[in-house]
Amino acid sequence: MEEKTPRVEIIPEQCKGCELCVVECPQDVLFMSKKINQFGYMVAEYKGDGCTGCGFCFYACPEPGTITVYKKKRVKKEASA
Amino acid sequence: MQEVLGKPEGFVDNFVRKPGDYPKVTHYCPGCGHGRVHKLIAEAMADLEISDKTVLISPVGCTVFAYYYFDCGNIQSAHGRAPAVGTGVGRSNPGSITISYQGDGDLGAIGTAEIIHAANRGENMTVIFVNNGIYGMTGGQMAPTTLEGQVTTTTPTGRDIDEAGHPMRMSEMIATLEAPVFVERTAVTDTKNIMKTRKAIRKALKSQKDGYGFSFVEILSSCPIGWKMKPVAANQRITDEMVPYFPLKNFKDEIENRSPRPTKTVDPDPNKIIEVLGVDKDERLFKKDQSFIDNFKDQHVRIAGFGGQGVLLAGTTLGYLGMETGLNTTWLPSYGPEMRGGTANCHIVLSNKEVGSPLVEKASTLIAMNQPSLNEFGVTVKPGGLIVINSSTVEGKYTERDDVTCLYIPMNEIAESLGVMQAANMAALTAYLAYSKAFDVDMLTSLIKANFKKKTLIEKNVAVIQKTYEYVKENYLN
Repeated sequence: MEEKTPRVEIIPEQCKGCELCVVECPQDVLFMSKKINQFGYMVAEYKGDGCTGCGFCFYACPEPGTITVYKKKRVKKEASA
Repeated sequence: MQEVLGKPEGFVDNFVRKPGDYPKVTHYCPGCGHGRVHKLIAEAMADLEISDKTVLISPVGCTVFAYYYFDCGNIQSAHGRAPAVGTGVGRSNPGSITISYQGDGDLGAIGTAEIIHAANRGENMTVIFVNNGIYGMTGGQMAPTTLEGQVTTTTPTGRDIDEAGHPMRMSEMIATLEAPVFVERTAVTDTKNIMKTRKAIRKALKSQKDGYGFSFVEILSSCPIGWKMKPVAANQRITDEMVPYFPLKNFKDEIENRSPRPTKTVDPDPNKIIEVLGVDKDERLFKKDQSFIDNFKDQHVRIAGFGGQGVLLAGTTLGYLGMETGLNTTWLPSYGPEMRGGTANCHIVLSNKEVGSPLVEKASTLIAMNQPSLNEFGVTVKPGGLIVINSSTVEGKYTERDDVTCLYIPMNEIAESLGVMQAANMAALTAYLAYSKAFDVDMLTSLIKANFKKKTLIEKNVAVIQKTYEYVKENYLN
């Protein structure tokens, strides 16, 4: 079963707890958890519901691969030949 | 079907900056603006499909390690010199994409000359100028872009513009130049500005890809640790304090009005280069004598004195002797800031085998033109070696060593008696050759005749060589 889209995944081991994604999220579906990762940072988490796939958090995050946003593929109308 | 917005392909899979269990994270501090900028560049490189022909020049600063992250060609340059290195990369690799990634200390202070002139020449490069108003890597010192009144470790009472000048607006300066096609200042504070930055970076890179030349994107970015602020507050500070002084806008966009420049192909003909340099002819002053080469005993010579004694020239002259007879030769001058009125010395290695290192750590011969040189380098001579001492300036005998041979030559007196004070170095060289018999003294004379331009000088130097040779013969040979 494919997981539902849109959604956001945050890899806790790669999060430095800067909170920038939480601030940028327009839907307010990210939060700083009390969980502490191996570096000692409190990590950001997704509430599990409400993501619209806007990608704001992806661009807000300074780490290359910590955040991945999955959204429905936009179907482009192809010009007829 | 789903679309994924994840780690851009412009990044390498694993970052080996810190060997360990976590090769997926950068070395940047939490909330650092560099990470955001990196992501936008990596994404643009992948989307424009230019990774394979991009060379990113890392500066000095926190981004010194950019080469650990980007999946493209990488070079790390000296502080501020990224545009100069980029110039070379761009010119010698026509059609490549050059990104000069620089910070404000790098670009606005030590590298001011490089960036201004690279921009003025319209080199094919995109400069990503990350401005956080501080020297972040070294612990938060004042940079050229530090705001008035801003407290840093070197401006504990705040930047005083009467003393340190005004913060420099680099984009505005660059935009006044004729050649750049695209100059814009953006910020990576919030999504709106990040998206504008994304657009600017893509436009700049695309313009270079299309052959328009020089583009410049200044990005206001936070340094939470350097500013001693939380990441979120640091981004707010950019909006509140930096943007009023560094307005976010496009300063120049000439892409529509100009036409792409044709790619200049550089195809140097190796034969032509050899011809121009004049190294195509195997012409030597002395006829090749294979038995001389085969029987040559390696010479490791250190010549030392004070600046002005002709120490380096004596070294090159000896080096020429080696080259003109077909030996392998290295000559390495060694002097620091103390050269001005201080000591100068050079290392010469002559061998019939390949020379591994040009350094003379254990000299077979030391030529000491003055007392400090003898004191410093006398101990480095190999047991059984030779020390040629200028007895005009060194008083008494050298008693530190009893396992070396010392020649005491009044070099200054010999040279002065023939009216050419500067030729004391030739006296030194002659004494060494006469005693060691490494080369025939006549060869030195021939070399001087061939290499010196002024006829009167040749005569005087030859006279010095003759007189010194007589002196050595009288006192040390037999």
